[in-house]
Amino acid sequence: MITRRKMLMLTGAAALAWDSVLAGTPENAPNYRMTDHWWGMLIDITKCIGCGNCVRACAKENNVPEGFFRTWVERYEVPDWEIQDPRVDSPNGGKDGFPPSKSGTTVKSFFVPKLCNHCADSPCVQVCPVGATFVSPDGVVLVDEKYCLGCRYCIQACPYGCRFLHPERETAQKCTLCYHRITKGLTTACCEECPTGARQLADLKNPADPIHEFLRTHSVQILKPQMATGSKGFYYGLDGSVR
Amino acid sequence: MKDSEHLIRLAAVFAGGLLFFVVIRSFFVPSSFGLYGHYRADAIKDVAALQVVHAGHEACEGCHSDVADLKNKGKHAHVNCEACHGPQGQHANDPMSVKPPLPDPAKLCVTCHEANAAKPRSFPQIVAKDHAGDVACNTCHVPHNPRIGDAPAPAHSEVKK
Repeated sequence: MITRRKMLMLTGAAALAWDSVLAGTPENAPNYRMTDHWWGMLIDITKCIGCGNCVRACAKENNVPEGFFRTWVERYEVPDWEIQDPRVDSPNGGKDGFPPSKSGTTVKSFFVPKLCNHCADSPCVQVCPVGATFVSPDGVVLVDEKYCLGCRYCIQACPYGCRFLHPERETAQKCTLCYHRITKGLTTACCEECPTGARQLADLKNPADPIHEFLRTHSVQILKPQMATGSKGFYYGLDGSVR
Repeated sequence: MKDSEHLIRLAAVFAGGLLFFVVIRSFFVPSSFGLYGHYRADAIKDVAALQVVHAGHEACEGCHSDVADLKNKGKHAHVNCEACHGPQGQHANDPMSVKPPLPDPAKLCVTCHEANAAKPRSFPQIVAKDHAGDVACNTCHVPHNPRIGDAPAPAHSEVKK
């Protein structure tokens, strides 16, 4: 015979159990639940000064080999109306900053920071033959180094050129959105070092994240929307010439 | 009767093969494979376990609240500590034995403030050579609160450190 008292106790226990079912098993940090997050990034072109802090920060945080980049900065120079034919340069990925431009102020010029867009329907994930790359339950595209064969399919598949083959490990590498940091409540290394706030880590599942207010009130674009990648790299102030 | 025996043998061979496959598979496929999708779920843990190199400004402000207060009053309020001082995870873990080097203002300030046509117009920029010649930036500006007059001028001992 179930009394009212027993029934109430049981429902309480069931609610707790269901909570842990929803949370998923791997607990990366004691208070981090993958199901509570859906990560992306906001990039404000109008604030980027091309200092290269993000590139250097990323290289140090993630031990990125020299000459390869998990994030980089491009300088665009658009002569007047020729927006289909911009001049783009990125000396050493912008790691050492940018020399003064030859055209000066006679052309439209601006910096575009780039990194993995952590696509929800990522082409790189779809082509991996061994399940070594995947979208995690919290929306980060990661590589399983133990499974990666180094076949380079994903490097060719990424429409944004965000992947490279590590010259020594011979596995595909890419931006992890500093997964080892964001699961501990920190922001990414590039956001931490960005002096102007041109980069903002965004948790799209967190209703208190300022990203929602920003997306509601600003004209925001993603790169190559025609590829239908479900990109979560949101660009504010993006010029039409950017590819 | 004889015909069906053939089928039974064949079925036995198939069953044996299947058993072999299942045993080998359970041996080679990690238990976490397929938990969330066609990948090894434990790979998420592997990535999450990597070493943190940048401590984050909250960690810095825990001890250096005086500097944070000075910085928060000025134009550099939104510039995080490690943007200039570099990654300080090791210093944060062991503040006594790992001492961060003092940044060189001659190289540091121009990283952001040297004029470049591609920088946003509203961002404060100078041509360092014309602006100050060879005079170090922190002769006049306090890096943590750089507008002249907003913070006490740097003492000489501070500049030389």
